[in-house]
Amino acid sequence: MTHQPTAPGASAAPGRGAAHPGASAAVPPAPREAPGALPGPGGTAPPKRPPVPRGRERRGARRGGARAPGHGGWTPWLYLAPALAVLGALLVYPVYQLGLISLLEYTQAQVSGGRPTSFQGLGNYAALFRDPQFRQVLLATVVFAAACVVTTLAVGCALAVLLTRVRAVPRLALMLAALGAWATPAVTGSTVWVFLFDPDFGPVNRVLGLGDFSWTYGRYSAFALVLSEVVWCSFPFVMVTVYAGIRAVPAELLEAAALDGASTWRTWRSVTAPLLRPILLVVTIQSVIWDFKVFTQIYVMTGGGGIAGQNLVLNVYAYQKAFASSQYSLGSAIGVVMLLILLAVTLVHLRLVRRQGEEL
Amino acid sequence: MKLPARLVAPVAAALVIAATACAPQTSDTGATRDEKAGTLRVWLFQEVANKPKERVVDAAVAAFEKRHEGADVQVEYIPVDARAQRVKAAFNDPASAPDVIEYGNTDTAGYVEDGGLADISAEFGAWADARDTDPTARASVTVDGKVYGAPLFVGVRALYYRTDVFRELGLEPPGTQAELIATAKKIRKARPELYGLAVGGAYTYGALPFLWAHGGELATRSGGSYTSAVDGPAARRGIAAYTSLFGDDNCPAATCASMGGNATVTAFASGKAAMAIGGDFSHAAVEAGAAKGKYAVVPLPGVAAGSIAPAFAGGNNLGVLRSSSHRTLAVDLVKSLAGKDAQRALFDAMGFLPTYTDVRAEAARKQPFVKPFIDTLAAGAKFVPASPAWGRIDASLVLPTMFQEVVSGRKDVAAASRDAAGKMNAAFSSAG
Repeated sequence: MTHQPTAPGASAAPGRGAAHPGASAAVPPAPREAPGALPGPGGTAPPKRPPVPRGRERRGARRGGARAPGHGGWTPWLYLAPALAVLGALLVYPVYQLGLISLLEYTQAQVSGGRPTSFQGLGNYAALFRDPQFRQVLLATVVFAAACVVTTLAVGCALAVLLTRVRAVPRLALMLAALGAWATPAVTGSTVWVFLFDPDFGPVNRVLGLGDFSWTYGRYSAFALVLSEVVWCSFPFVMVTVYAGIRAVPAELLEAAALDGASTWRTWRSVTAPLLRPILLVVTIQSVIWDFKVFTQIYVMTGGGGIAGQNLVLNVYAYQKAFASSQYSLGSAIGVVMLLILLAVTLVHLRLVRRQGEEL
Repeated sequence: MKLPARLVAPVAAALVIAATACAPQTSDTGATRDEKAGTLRVWLFQEVANKPKERVVDAAVAAFEKRHEGADVQVEYIPVDARAQRVKAAFNDPASAPDVIEYGNTDTAGYVEDGGLADISAEFGAWADARDTDPTARASVTVDGKVYGAPLFVGVRALYYRTDVFRELGLEPPGTQAELIATAKKIRKARPELYGLAVGGAYTYGALPFLWAHGGELATRSGGSYTSAVDGPAARRGIAAYTSLFGDDNCPAATCASMGGNATVTAFASGKAAMAIGGDFSHAAVEAGAAKGKYAVVPLPGVAAGSIAPAFAGGNNLGVLRSSSHRTLAVDLVKSLAGKDAQRALFDAMGFLPTYTDVRAEAARKQPFVKPFIDTLAAGAKFVPASPAWGRIDASLVLPTMFQEVVSGRKDVAAASRDAAGKMNAAFSSAG
């Protein structure tokens, strides 16, 4: 990640709004190939992959077509076939099943043959949206995920900038601490956090002198506690990725900005952030997807959704309402709704970024 | 690039087939054969200290294999936490399913609805041991008048209290529910570092005795379908009594609202509570804690003086899977494992209360500790509605939510119980 291919002929995007026109003219190209294969544990398919191969295939096809007309149209598909087969088996097929099951009455009784499967149309969706708790959980999920994404990005970027400004030993220490948080399994991390904030035995309350204040009793304090844990275990990904991106920003640029007397904040806003836009884009989409689907932290820290379900988010709600009680069709409907929301958020985000001049 | 298109066609065809061929799967779990020899597979629950249980089972299995030439029994102990997935998987894939399973008695109706358990009414009726099975245990294997297994043991809860605290404060074990609540608050006042009676907002089976003692019911049955009764006047009095125990004068809502059964027992065992509602199966946990040697157990008092609050009759059963190809052998094995001799041995080894009234009386003579639990059972324990919807109600936390809503002040008893009844009725009606 530290050596990104810098293709010539980049747009002058980083120059927009820069205080130093001279510097921006010399702006070397934005690292646009950058986040092609981020090593994210989520394994989410990078959103920008298709255009690149398709372009190449088209060229290949044209050439093949010139030599052997009639067969040429198939050739690219032949090359694509293995990838398509894998994608089809691992991605399309499960989503198709999810959609299909969400239209059926499909509980444990149907799975094990106790009762026949029946087609329900949109009945599961209707039941879902009639449930006032679902609407309330949906709202809580959106707000909570947004707060998590914003906080994670802020903390991650701030620490990434800090990493570039400290010496080797503190940098190593910060890196190791972050990697430790990153490597901690979510269940372990959540359990430890719950213990740290335990009203009876937790050291946090003792240090802060809060007595037996229970963090998980109030709705907002419980959400805040879970938010801190989510940020704690997801900021390292942002930090490491953004740090790598910053290291790829040419030193001359930063030097020029410094010579022109730009403040840290100004340098970040006008030089670093624009150059990092492709990276920030991927990091944001990743965070949105992760934080929208958060399960473990809520499930472990609030005991399955908090007092009277006050801290339920969609994933836990789906588990509790649908899968724990074997109403698979209802669970699938919730899954489809989540999928559509995430797709919509991602597409809107991509469009916004595109409109700002970044091609993807 | 001369790779021909005729290679592409099969690949594409395979993709199309893969994409269209698969509607969600439904398996046929009914067995067609009844073999008299071969391998019998058994799934039992893995207990915290499993060795003594294994010894009892091994002895029963050895006797069984001696009686049945050519039968080979393979026992597997499965983790209790993973039981739901394991059992569902077994129902879905009869080929790799066991012949006999141990299951929690609240799951009976759900498993029957799923089509997983075989109806063994005839064999159970003809079995000599079964005549002494107590009625509550019998109800826990019965759905719509048919028997789907043999009770293995019962678990029941009673009142643990700290003898040293009671002596120091000059208190007597409470004889009525009003006295219980008053005693709890008295203790909290004198010893503010202790919970008087440790209660939990998520401790359904600790709360139900209050509801039942006031004459309430979870649900009433009429003509094969259930209707929730938690919003009835008697049930509401019980809910009010239980939730009155949450507060700074006994068990502060901020900590106690989220507690479940284990958390209350842990609070008692670690010396943080003067009383708790614990099961016969909690004995080992309490013995391992700071409360060891400083506690006693009495039945949880009812509303009237001298009465005992009806307890929830928990416990596990053994059942034969509908998909078993060795039905006769499997039923016979269930009789060996859940028979009187095996239950007697299981009590000696694990302390599990027998489901036979006569064997239980024997056990009480041997181990005075279990007497309050057996008295509680004798006074009449109660069971959750034998409806497949119960699993759904339980999993979607309808009752904990109701208690927590009241305890945290979000809703009053009337509103919370009305909402809970609505959710229960929705589950009952969709389960048919």
